Amino acid sequence: MNKVSKSPWLLHYDASSCNGCDIEVLDCLTPKYDIERFGIINTGDPFQADILLITGGVNSQTERVVKQLYSQMPEPKVVVAVGICACTGGIFKECYNIKGGIDTVIPVDVYVPGCAARPESIIDGVMKALKVLDEKQKAMKEDRR
Amino acid sequence: MNVCFVIAYLLFAPLLGGLLDGTDRIISARMQRRKGPSILQPFYDLGKLFSKELIAVNNVQFLLNLSYLVILMIAGALLFFGADLLMTLFILSTADMFLIMAASSDSSPYANMGASREMLQMMAYEPLTLLIAVGFYLAEGSFQVSDIIDAPVSAILWMPGLFVGFMYTAAIKLRKSPFDLSTSHHAHQEMVKGITTEMSGPALAIMNIAEYYELVLLLGIFSLFFINSTWWSWIVAIIACGLVFFAETLWDNVSARVKWKSLLYSCWIVTLVAGGVNILILMLIK
Amino acid sequence: MTIILFLIGIPAVFALIFPFLHNQRIRGYVVYTGAGIVMLTTVVFIAQWIGNGAETMMLYPSTESVDHLMTVGDLFLMCLIVYLSIKYGKVLPILLSVGQTALILYIEFTTELPEGPHMAVDWLTILMCLIIAFIGGFICIYTVGYMKGYHNHHKDVKDRQPFFFSMLFLFLAAMFGLVLSQNLIWMYFFWEVTSVISFLMIGYTRSEEAVSNSFMALWMNLLGGLGFAVAIAWMAKTGGSMQLADVISIGAQLPLFCLSLAGLTKSAQLPFSSWLVGAMVAPTPSSALLHSATMVKAGVYLLIRISPALEGNLTGIIVSSIGGLTFIMASMMAIAQNDGKKVLAFSTISNLGLIVGCAGIGVEETVWGAVFLMIFHSVSKSMLFQSVGAAENSLGSRDIEDMHGLIIRLPKLAYIMGIGIAGMYLAPFGMLISKWVALRAFVDSGNFLLVLFIAYGSATTMFYWTKWLAKLISYHIPRDTVKDVTRKDEYFSMFFHAVVMILLCLLLPLIAKWLVNPIVSELFGNSKDVLSMSVLATMAIMLVSVFIVPAVMFFVSRASRRELVPIYMNGVNEGDNRFFTNSFGEKEHLYLSNWYLRFEFGRRHLRIPSILVAAAVLVLGFCLVIGGVMIG
Repeated sequence: MNKVSKSPWLLHYDASSCNGCDIEVLDCLTPKYDIERFGIINTGDPFQADILLITGGVNSQTERVVKQLYSQMPEPKVVVAVGICACTGGIFKECYNIKGGIDTVIPVDVYVPGCAARPESIIDGVMKALKVLDEKQKAMKEDRR
Repeated sequence: MNVCFVIAYLLFAPLLGGLLDGTDRIISARMQRRKGPSILQPFYDLGKLFSKELIAVNNVQFLLNLSYLVILMIAGALLFFGADLLMTLFILSTADMFLIMAASSDSSPYANMGASREMLQMMAYEPLTLLIAVGFYLAEGSFQVSDIIDAPVSAILWMPGLFVGFMYTAAIKLRKSPFDLSTSHHAHQEMVKGITTEMSGPALAIMNIAEYYELVLLLGIFSLFFINSTWWSWIVAIIACGLVFFAETLWDNVSARVKWKSLLYSCWIVTLVAGGVNILILMLIK
Repeated sequence: MTIILFLIGIPAVFALIFPFLHNQRIRGYVVYTGAGIVMLTTVVFIAQWIGNGAETMMLYPSTESVDHLMTVGDLFLMCLIVYLSIKYGKVLPILLSVGQTALILYIEFTTELPEGPHMAVDWLTILMCLIIAFIGGFICIYTVGYMKGYHNHHKDVKDRQPFFFSMLFLFLAAMFGLVLSQNLIWMYFFWEVTSVISFLMIGYTRSEEAVSNSFMALWMNLLGGLGFAVAIAWMAKTGGSMQLADVISIGAQLPLFCLSLAGLTKSAQLPFSSWLVGAMVAPTPSSALLHSATMVKAGVYLLIRISPALEGNLTGIIVSSIGGLTFIMASMMAIAQNDGKKVLAFSTISNLGLIVGCAGIGVEETVWGAVFLMIFHSVSKSMLFQSVGAAENSLGSRDIEDMHGLIIRLPKLAYIMGIGIAGMYLAPFGMLISKWVALRAFVDSGNFLLVLFIAYGSATTMFYWTKWLAKLISYHIPRDTVKDVTRKDEYFSMFFHAVVMILLCLLLPLIAKWLVNPIVSELFGNSKDVLSMSVLATMAIMLVSVFIVPAVMFFVSRASRRELVPIYMNGVNEGDNRFFTNSFGEKEHLYLSNWYLRFEFGRRHLRIPSILVAAAVLVLGFCLVIGGVMIG
């Protein structure tokens, strides 16, 4: 019953996205895709989130924010990079202020490519993340023992 | 008999509350043409929250949160034991105080804003709550819940105004739109988590369980309006509670969050018009 | 019962000593001794009285020479008021003072009155004596340390401590006299003494604001004194008696109304509440002693005394309506205040309003509630004033906003303040149980308006206390460390109050049985058990829930593992929970403020309308009473 994957709550953060992926993330909540049927809630609060969903590459301003949000999430937690910018830095990779993908700052568990990433692939990515989440929870429990 | 009620409340209120919450989420989803989560989703959530690591921003918040839960349980136990209604309501507000303390103990901007709004909400619903106790006292001649449920006719006949007023202000307690200023169940509000911002894992689970206890407690008060000495009045009360709960869900889905001024003034005016007039009439005819 | 003489005499003698004591250290010891002796005398007095069977005693039937002394005293007070009013160019106090003194003298010299007891001792008197001796005594002890800190802080204020202590002890003497008096003329004399002392204490700093506020307090209290004088004149001419008890047994509306007016002004009810707010310019001990714990209680004491005569008549309705109106209006105005002492002032006015409302209804239950409210209010308000004063000396401010995270910076003071605040409104502390009784009694007496006032007033009361309490317990890394300059004697007094507060709460049923029920039965001739067993059981549960639950939870929560992380700020938290990075990449300080709702509940919006309404009620009542006398 206490499987994390039955009620994954997510936190959506826009690191430097053009808003294309953000809109697709919000699409997932709409009646057509209805991500809540998996028990997923968009919490907007790192203290209550299990999945950190980041769109856009990391720039020098958002770097500390991403790190802090990650640190404020309780274990077990996973990070999903949504969109090609979040995965690798995308077309902005060479910009003077862009550090690159999310994985340059915090460990990323699932990469969802696309520009913008389609809602179906975002949901697919989240579902993959849930498996990682369950594994992490198992590992955490064994750790405690 | 009364002790059975209390034990039943303490054991099953979270279950009932959780199921109601699940139903609420499904109904809301259907109203928005979505499928919605499973009815057991609240329990999955609780299980997950308890399994998570406890992180906190200070050392007292968890303590105050636990106190909130336990004092709420005591308030509910008193109601279901058939004790004094007014005292129950006083303890209920004391419990809420602990929640406010828990939120403001961490000096965080969002939790603090939530706590301030929660205080304002308390100020908005408190007058009507007291008037309800007064109404029962006038209608049935006692503050004792055990006397109220033994009355020959249902209290709703004497106090329809108070019932309507209570439905209006109960939206605050149930944290339903348009009155979910301090913390909300939906992500589309201008301040989403507010008072619970700094609560994570087990702390949030405790907060949720407390909410379930509170929900059942409130429905208990709603059913007091209907229950009389006949057996079928209990069935009426249960149906009525269901209808009230549905109405609150509907209201939640069709209205947007209001500003604090509209909240305070509208609650006070409804209290005065629906509750005050009802009390005045009761005083004149009783 | 010669000990009564000592009760009034000892503090008066001490008051005479202080002007000659200029050494601060010696003066401190003299104050401790004086306070100790006053408390001891009171204990002996009460023990004697209870030993004699604890029955109502009427004392001193013939006291010719003392009567003359009091006449001289009245004249002296009048001269003092006239002198000071001329000095500061005020007219109204002169008119009022001369008018009432002339009236009293005229009555005394023209009317032959039957002899009667001048003093009386009963349970209500005993209660008041306890409050005066113990709360007053400990406030005196607190004052020694406080005034040192005060003058370190306010270099611009001239050090007039000998005068201040003189006034404190003289005030104790006057209060003892007031509550022991049965004869109206005696009572009137002590009444005037307390008014003048309050006036002198408010003007302690001699700043412009202090002087103008002190004169406002003076004229309002003198107006009440005039009411008192008119009541005396009526009783002398028509009633043929000088006994307070006869005012009640005759039950004529005019003297009752005039005495109620005196009580209303003294307890700062609307429309006269401005003086108490203005009185907050005085040093904190005088606010604690005079303006919340004892002197304003003289007003409600008088109203409780006459309350059996107020049931269901015009005066009673007016008194209770004004009390109820004051309860809600003052509590609304308290929301908009951020100055700690102002909040306390408004809450004092508001709580006194509730007591006055109870007294105005005048049935057993309401008076029971009123007496309980009085006890709890005295203890917790005196404690709150002291802790705010001590916090001011340490923090340099008494702004509630500056008390953010006081529990980290000045933990002891924060705990004391917290207990005081909890005592003012939280279940199961006494204020709430009294409110429970009052609400039921209001419903029983069919007073619709009061029921509404108490319902809304409780909500607003809850709001301003909760936000203060929330401010105190915010965990926060302080910007700068604060040195606790509170002295030992101050803590001694505050700890005493805190312990009394908790004991009162724990021993509530016993106090109800041994102290409050006798008072009610004396006033009404019979007594009902106001608290039923089921309520007591509920109370016990509440006690458990508020004291024990957090304590148990403390251990439960300590056992759990946790990791501390920085708070969520929606920008980067700079690490110590005080600064965040804003959108320009700059460090910005986080500032959290309470809600004050100034534009909705501010004094500037509510003061004038509430004064107008209350004044209209009062004038209307006066006209009706006068009309009743004319027709009758």
